[in-house]
Amino acid sequence: MIAVINYRMGNLRSVAKALELTGERVVVSGETGDIRQADSIILPGVGSFSVGIRNLCRLGLLPAIREAIEEGKPFLGICLGMQLLFEKSEEGAVECEGMGVIKGHVKRFSTNMRVPHTGWNRVWSMGGNPLFNGIPDGSHFYFVHSYYVTPEKKSVAAASTVYGIEFTSAIRHNNIYATQFHPEKSHARGLKVLDNFSKLKGTDNAYEKDNPVS
Amino acid sequence: MLTKRIIPCLDVKNARVVKGVNFRNLRDAGDPIEIGRRYSEEGADELVFLDITATVENRPTILEVVKKTAEEVFIPLAVGGGIKTVEDVRLLLSAGADKISINTSAVSDPALITAISSEFGSQCLVVAIDARTSGASWEVYVNSGTRPTGMDAVEWAGKVRELGAGEILLTSMDRDGTRDGYDIGLTKAVSTAVDIPVIASGGAGKLEHLFEVLDEGRADAVLCASIFHYGEFTVREAKNYLDSRGIAVRKD
Repeated sequence: MIAVINYRMGNLRSVAKALELTGERVVVSGETGDIRQADSIILPGVGSFSVGIRNLCRLGLLPAIREAIEEGKPFLGICLGMQLLFEKSEEGAVECEGMGVIKGHVKRFSTNMRVPHTGWNRVWSMGGNPLFNGIPDGSHFYFVHSYYVTPEKKSVAAASTVYGIEFTSAIRHNNIYATQFHPEKSHARGLKVLDNFSKLKGTDNAYEKDNPVS
Repeated sequence: MLTKRIIPCLDVKNARVVKGVNFRNLRDAGDPIEIGRRYSEEGADELVFLDITATVENRPTILEVVKKTAEEVFIPLAVGGGIKTVEDVRLLLSAGADKISINTSAVSDPALITAISSEFGSQCLVVAIDARTSGASWEVYVNSGTRPTGMDAVEWAGKVRELGAGEILLTSMDRDGTRDGYDIGLTKAVSTAVDIPVIASGGAGKLEHLFEVLDEGRADAVLCASIFHYGEFTVREAKNYLDSRGIAVRKD
């Protein structure tokens, strides 16, 4: 069973419907019980970092999310869901910092670009990422975001995209996967990313804490 | 690099796509979910459903259409038409829409722009601006392009951006339905005045028009209705043409 976390941020229906196509059972929920029972977890989301982390805090979801990650369950963050894994955003946090599961910060695109970065852009894989199995490198995926992540460790970056600058458009750290783009909005190739995620099993990757680069 | 977007627009009335000019002689033109899916298979980058159901009682039908579309079409979907409150937006986004578009209600209540973008994020908010030539500039019209507001379109575009719009959908009411091409001057003026994406609308009749407005007009995307609906061109043909003219488009 895949749990799609409902923390009141964004269009959950498309994520759920796209996942259902994989044949897996999908539960959209804001309850820790469902997160604990799930085999894999998806944290979607569009909107502001501070509201996102605030909602996760207020809904009491952070412990269950951390537990799921530490237990090695496959975890996929999408868009805001990816950014929240990091330590802090330039957008500013109100009650909590980001989850801090991945070391690094979230920055805003500079003002000489049209912001949000809206539309289809190419994603270049760093290789060896099961989410991109069967997907030609440099495929277009749909983006809509004003901020981008900067992981401290290069090894965490799983794919890059160019928008003025080259930025990290997907990450991977053990069982933690995340994409800045929206696979549920990226037609056939996006659905393939979700299908690849749905096939991951918890025992594939033992979780190790992402330690700061010394 | 970021590609330019081709966005088919479907007028939806009572859960059916309708075709017609200026809301007259409307003919049933099929099921929006099926047509939407076909467009996405052909390579459309996004879809817009414009709800032209006039009455409030029939509004729930668009929510059903959106829900069903979210089950079968996996490209971004924007919905516009008669949206007046934050609650209207909430219902549509929960049903599966990614973006909503407001036009007249943004003019009559600019605070709505800020209310929507603070609640849901600017990325879900498209402010539609209908404009007609007025002297050396362009004037904003509301109520489906029938009522002049006295506001300058370029200035209003800057204002909506300040208030929190994520994108602007710009329609030339002079060109809409003429198939003589978009208003390049209007598009360029707005596109250079704001730093958010601008979607051009109104006037496409030939594929060359798409090139002109994306190139000289500096638009980030084109909204098309007639040229695709009547089967004259497919989305694929449009993209192949634009690609051949050096415009970055998604073809995978």
